[in-house]
Amino acid sequence: MTGLVLAILTALFFPGIILRVKSLMAGRKGPGIFQPWKNIRVLLQKGSIISNTTSYIFRFAPLVYLSTILCATILIPFSTMPSFFGFQGDFILFAYLLGLGKFFFIIGAMDTGSSFEGMGANREALYSMLVEPAFFILFGTLGMITGHSSMQDIFTLFHFTGHNEFIIGIIAIYLLIQIAMIENSRMPVDDPKTHLELTMIHEVMILDHSGFDLALIHIGTNLKFAMYGLLIANIILPSGGSFVYRIGFYMAIQILFAGVIGLLESFRARKKLMKNSQFIVTLSSIALLAFILALLLMNRMIF
Amino acid sequence: MEAYLFIAPVLLTFVIFLIPSRIRYFYVLSLTLFTVAITSIPAFQVLLHPDDPAYILVTGFKSFTLTFTIDNLSAFFLLVTNFTFLTGLLYSNGYLKSYRDTKSPVQFSLHYFNYNWLHLSMLAVLMLRDGIPFLISWELMAVSSFLLILFEAEKRTTLKTAVNYLVQMHVGLVLLVIAFLLCEAKTGSMSFDALQFYFKNHANIGLFLLFFAGFAIKAGFIPFHTWLPDAHPAAPSHISGVMSGVMIKTGIYGIVRVLTHVQSDMYVIGLIILVISAISGLIGVMMAIVQHDLKKLLAYHSIENIGIIGLGIGLGMMGLGSNNPFLTFLGFSGGLLHILNHSLFKSLLFFSAGSVYKACHTRNIEELGGVIHKMPRTAALFLIGSIAICGLPPLNGFISEVLIYLGFFRGLMDGSIYQSIALLLALISLVLIGGLAIFCFTKAFSVVFLGEPRTEKSKNISETDLSMLFPQYLISIMILLIGFFPLLFIQPVMGIISQQFHINQAPAMVSITQILTKISLMGGLLVIVISAIFLLRNLLTKKRIVKTGPTWGCGYTAGTCKQQYTGTSYADNFAVLAAPILHTRKEYREIHPEELFPSKRSFRTHPFDVFHSGLNKVLDFSMLVLKKLARLQTGNIQHYILYAFIFMLIIFFLLYLKIL
Repeated sequence: MTGLVLAILTALFFPGIILRVKSLMAGRKGPGIFQPWKNIRVLLQKGSIISNTTSYIFRFAPLVYLSTILCATILIPFSTMPSFFGFQGDFILFAYLLGLGKFFFIIGAMDTGSSFEGMGANREALYSMLVEPAFFILFGTLGMITGHSSMQDIFTLFHFTGHNEFIIGIIAIYLLIQIAMIENSRMPVDDPKTHLELTMIHEVMILDHSGFDLALIHIGTNLKFAMYGLLIANIILPSGGSFVYRIGFYMAIQILFAGVIGLLESFRARKKLMKNSQFIVTLSSIALLAFILALLLMNRMIF
Repeated sequence: MEAYLFIAPVLLTFVIFLIPSRIRYFYVLSLTLFTVAITSIPAFQVLLHPDDPAYILVTGFKSFTLTFTIDNLSAFFLLVTNFTFLTGLLYSNGYLKSYRDTKSPVQFSLHYFNYNWLHLSMLAVLMLRDGIPFLISWELMAVSSFLLILFEAEKRTTLKTAVNYLVQMHVGLVLLVIAFLLCEAKTGSMSFDALQFYFKNHANIGLFLLFFAGFAIKAGFIPFHTWLPDAHPAAPSHISGVMSGVMIKTGIYGIVRVLTHVQSDMYVIGLIILVISAISGLIGVMMAIVQHDLKKLLAYHSIENIGIIGLGIGLGMMGLGSNNPFLTFLGFSGGLLHILNHSLFKSLLFFSAGSVYKACHTRNIEELGGVIHKMPRTAALFLIGSIAICGLPPLNGFISEVLIYLGFFRGLMDGSIYQSIALLLALISLVLIGGLAIFCFTKAFSVVFLGEPRTEKSKNISETDLSMLFPQYLISIMILLIGFFPLLFIQPVMGIISQQFHINQAPAMVSITQILTKISLMGGLLVIVISAIFLLRNLLTKKRIVKTGPTWGCGYTAGTCKQQYTGTSYADNFAVLAAPILHTRKEYREIHPEELFPSKRSFRTHPFDVFHSGLNKVLDFSMLVLKKLARLQTGNIQHYILYAFIFMLIIFFLLYLKIL
């Protein structure tokens, strides 16, 4: 539960920091940290326009999208604090809950009958399918190193500073950052900054959502970033230290993560659409590299 | 006394032809209910009291005896079969109504007669252990399903498909006969129980592979699957549901039954099953993505799900081979539970797809669209089936898949490095199967049900009547029940594994119980969160203005509904990626730069099954050889006598040279 509360807290300033870093890099002053949430507040108070073509799926999809992200975040423990919902293999449920959210998000976009949203939905389906193996190989590797399969045990037993684990930890953090970028349809895959119709995946899928529903989706997306930040923080956080110290450490990591995303987004160009799948599959091979490295480090490569 | 109860339904099926067509359906229904009752009661008894010995019933006539044995493995399959046959029959009444004008009452009687015979022969397959009776009922199963596929025999493709099906089933039968004969030659008796004596003294892997090939043709493992994607669409929907839901599972039953007797080489056998299953799963779902025919798409998903079941079973065998009971339990329980799960969501999907076909008279998804507005209930049912088949929480597909996943992760941690690498690859394939299934079902659901109607066919339609919806509700309830209360179902399954493979279930049960409790808690939480946000939205937006308008067209609203995203365009980016494996032929004419006023154009894609064309090549080649050989068939009696003479001469020389 602590994890969820902390993730929600960080979600409040996370998108603001990204925006701020991006505008600073572009030489502008930029909006305040809480501007994205002010936008969401406005949306929450608005009425909405719903397309004639849509059915109950369209109204139902944002609910499921946000709920699955909330439930997935509950599963993540915070550092060594016991999480109530954790169990052996909870990261499988984590990934599949997000999958359920995506499923509804996709059919929600397809419900409008618009070919723009069809394109976005289709790409979302393809990319999230391609990115999934990287996540599972990563957790398989972490599980193999620690000998446990619940996120709680993995994060408690994985010492980032241990000289064997350090290199795996670096790869894990790199992968999680990239996975977070892809899952949120950010920079090398998609550019949220461009004009609505020209963004290729996420923004194009929510063209027809408005008012409260759109706010739900934005909340979900912001929370998703904080959720991946929480995962990254868990890998780095030391298992010792007082609670306050760890919270401070956690906040620093989240702010750094947001800053890194802002920097990546500022200095990176979007890939050609056809090259995206190759890029995403590369992540799986990097994860495989981590797996082989783990086998080597654990002295299991004896022939 | 009870023996007559088992024989009675067989005799009573012949009465179907004498019953007036008004009450024929009720007669068939009560007969099926009777069959279901007399087999389900002992099955439940066996499953719920795992310590009792198996239920055995001997019947026969003079020296010919039949022994029906229901142990908990049979009991599990019996219950799955009975449920699907019952829902299939309930569904069939509404579905077949539209055929009343074109089909004669005798054809209807024949159809129901075959339906009952398929049911009875499958039950017999599950209960008989002796070789000859087993093979006879196996054959009866093939013949009755062949006749069921032939319901619309006036279509040429149906006829061709059905004959193809029959031929392939007999190839499988031959393999099984050879396997049983091998067993008889070494042990002196021909039954599943005799296999343990064979396996004790001889190499295990050879005979197992023979059995595996025979059963795999029925189950639809790649590359033995070529009959399956054609046969399912050709049959009426309730038959497709039954065939895909339970009939192909008899192949799995056979494999598991043989596996319970295997005594060595278990690790290698497990590995072989794992590899074949991973390939089946991946290619099955990849082929499904590029299909236009809704039922063919579902048929390919059957191959995928057989692959998932096989992954579980292979993992279980590897656990047995490496003395890791935890792996055995996770693998087999995932595999067996997935058999039940797949029978539920696949029959649900076939039934709801059948309702769409009945309303729109087309299975081509590119001609559909917007069906949800006219058939909201069918759409919701198809959606439940889609979520379940993708293995997404909180429905039943997730439960079985998570058990297999857990097994993979557990297997990664201990065991040799080769095991880690093999299981990692299996893990990747399962992850990809899951992702591709989501890709495929978001496509199928959206293109069929969402958006605007693409052609006239899906415009003037109405929701199906309650008689066809009712069995689908029943199945959905079961799906939800397994999804939210998996513990109710996992206990009997664990009992089966511990009894069949003689291992103590207690240690594994503790952690599996813990895991499944947390998963069902999470399912409950998800429902609570969704409803909380739903209520919150209703409360807050009650007084807001909600307007309706056209879909945002980005300045240019689509001219016709055909400009919506189609199934082909949805699948295209994946088809490009997977082009080396998926062969799709595109038919279109490019627009030349000089062509100022482009004329009317069309675009077609034809997905190919590589294995299908591979099989055709083999068949074409053998036809060619046989045609050459046909020259020997001169029709001249003197020539034939000459052949016999030459043959005798050869035998004589071989004997003389002591070669023979």
